[in-house]
Amino acid sequence: MTIDEIVSLLSDIVTADQIKIDRASTPHAIIVDKAKLTEVLQALQQNTSTYFDMLSCITGIDNGPQAGTMEVVYNLYSIPYNLHLMVKVIIPRENPVIDTVTHIWKSADWMEREVFDMYGIIFTNHPDLRRILMPADWEGYPLRKDYKHQEYYRDIKIEY
Amino acid sequence: MPTDRVQYKYREGNLALSEPNKLKPENLRSEEMIINLGPQHPSTHGVLRLEVLMDGEIVNEVVPHIGYLHRCFEKHAENLPYNQVIPFVDRLDYVAAMSNEHIYAMGVERMLGIENQIPKRVEYVRVLMAELNRIASHFIAIGTYGMDIGAFSPFFWLMRDREHILRLLEWASGARLLYNYIWIGGLFYDVPVGFEDRCREFVKYIKPKLKELETVLISNKIFIDRTANVGVLPLDLAVNAGVTGPILRASGLRFDLRRVDGYSVYPELDFDIPIGEGKMGQVGDCWDRTYVRYLELYESLKIVEQCLDKLMGEHTRTRDFDPQALVPKKIRPKAQDFYIRGEIPKGELGFFFRADGRSDIPFRCKCRSCSFVNLSVLPEISKGILVADLIAIIGSIDVVMGEVDR
Repeated sequence: MTIDEIVSLLSDIVTADQIKIDRASTPHAIIVDKAKLTEVLQALQQNTSTYFDMLSCITGIDNGPQAGTMEVVYNLYSIPYNLHLMVKVIIPRENPVIDTVTHIWKSADWMEREVFDMYGIIFTNHPDLRRILMPADWEGYPLRKDYKHQEYYRDIKIEY
Repeated sequence: MPTDRVQYKYREGNLALSEPNKLKPENLRSEEMIINLGPQHPSTHGVLRLEVLMDGEIVNEVVPHIGYLHRCFEKHAENLPYNQVIPFVDRLDYVAAMSNEHIYAMGVERMLGIENQIPKRVEYVRVLMAELNRIASHFIAIGTYGMDIGAFSPFFWLMRDREHILRLLEWASGARLLYNYIWIGGLFYDVPVGFEDRCREFVKYIKPKLKELETVLISNKIFIDRTANVGVLPLDLAVNAGVTGPILRASGLRFDLRRVDGYSVYPELDFDIPIGEGKMGQVGDCWDRTYVRYLELYESLKIVEQCLDKLMGEHTRTRDFDPQALVPKKIRPKAQDFYIRGEIPKGELGFFFRADGRSDIPFRCKCRSCSFVNLSVLPEISKGILVADLIAIIGSIDVVMGEVDR
């Protein structure tokens, strides 16, 4: 199944300006409007001709203060059809909020926590949104492009 | 003591837990209590901390706390050229470093578009090394698992046999654990003269030892009693939770990326994919997971033998063969997003790259680690079990904390 066929399956959920195809990515990607994300992903997972039953990876990307955007990238895989799909969502850098997909895939739980930990992207309705890799009282979000680490953590000097 | 040498000031807040408990004591029922397991505990396989809510001997809830071995892999990778990331990739799953390097190098080669030019001999050496390392990694998984639940001698036997693999890999690469051997576009060096013969000797040596392992551990009555019907992971939950590798196969799905994606020279090799059949209990229990790993040892040996045949026959060593011939001087992929995945001993290792097309440094390099995702299923399958079974389940998931925390 090609990327165009996948997009045509979604035509009753999203309008043409809410979804874009990005063929430069491997696997091919669709860029979805933030408001329609969970609906699109739910449809992709439940449609019997795609059946994306595995969420491989959630990646957060910070495009830097100049671009002013962040991205969340979902890598989906369908075991029965051997299909790959990348789904991208672009969100503003100020106040980055996005809906959770933990109700669709359980694997999203820890992956979203990691993205929150590293980028400060808030996943609304996530059951347990805490930091996962960094200490709970760490300041700042380390993978943001303008991140400056704190000088002291609990009176221990941080040297890099 | 001079004051400028005081490294740490005492303050009460500095002693607070860096990872506070999720469960609050005031919300517990009177018969419940919170037991803290780890991070320094031999059966948690590294620095895994579990917050366990217990009612007597019964586990009601498990909350894993991770991050004690976080080494900022992704931040480092965003500040280093592609080829200099390889030593960091080694340190993800440090008991199977060759497999990690293989996937990473493959990903960057595909981004550069040179994956079809890599000489076959290089690919066969890579697969040979990765499979030897897979055997070593499964030896650790099975050996430490036996030790977790009270069988001590298999651990020593497997460590003894793993030593032979480590010496082979040390002979080829110069390091015992973190190799930096597979480079983007080639290899650090061709395998040494005589390596293939020594590998053959090793394969001949190890086969009866595996039989011995089955007798003493896998089909041992005590081992079966401790692991069969424990920690059953149903297939639908496994897929939904993103579990991959031997754990997914033990739940009954014949899914191996070496076969599904057919990367490198795996399509030319003949090997089976063992799955869990519930021989001693239900499909997807701890015994099945161990047994799948055990059967995979034979499959890896099969692949090793075929690689040796090719390396001594069709793609034999020649005087003018240079494994570094294709190593690019400047690694600058064109602007793109790229996701690569491959099978390492624990499951699906994936790398997400964003190249901006202007620099040798990845704009974003995300590692999708299999241990991290596999571990996240632990709270699901350890509800209402005994605390001794919890230890058995952790061991059967076979996490390497270096890969969980990155």
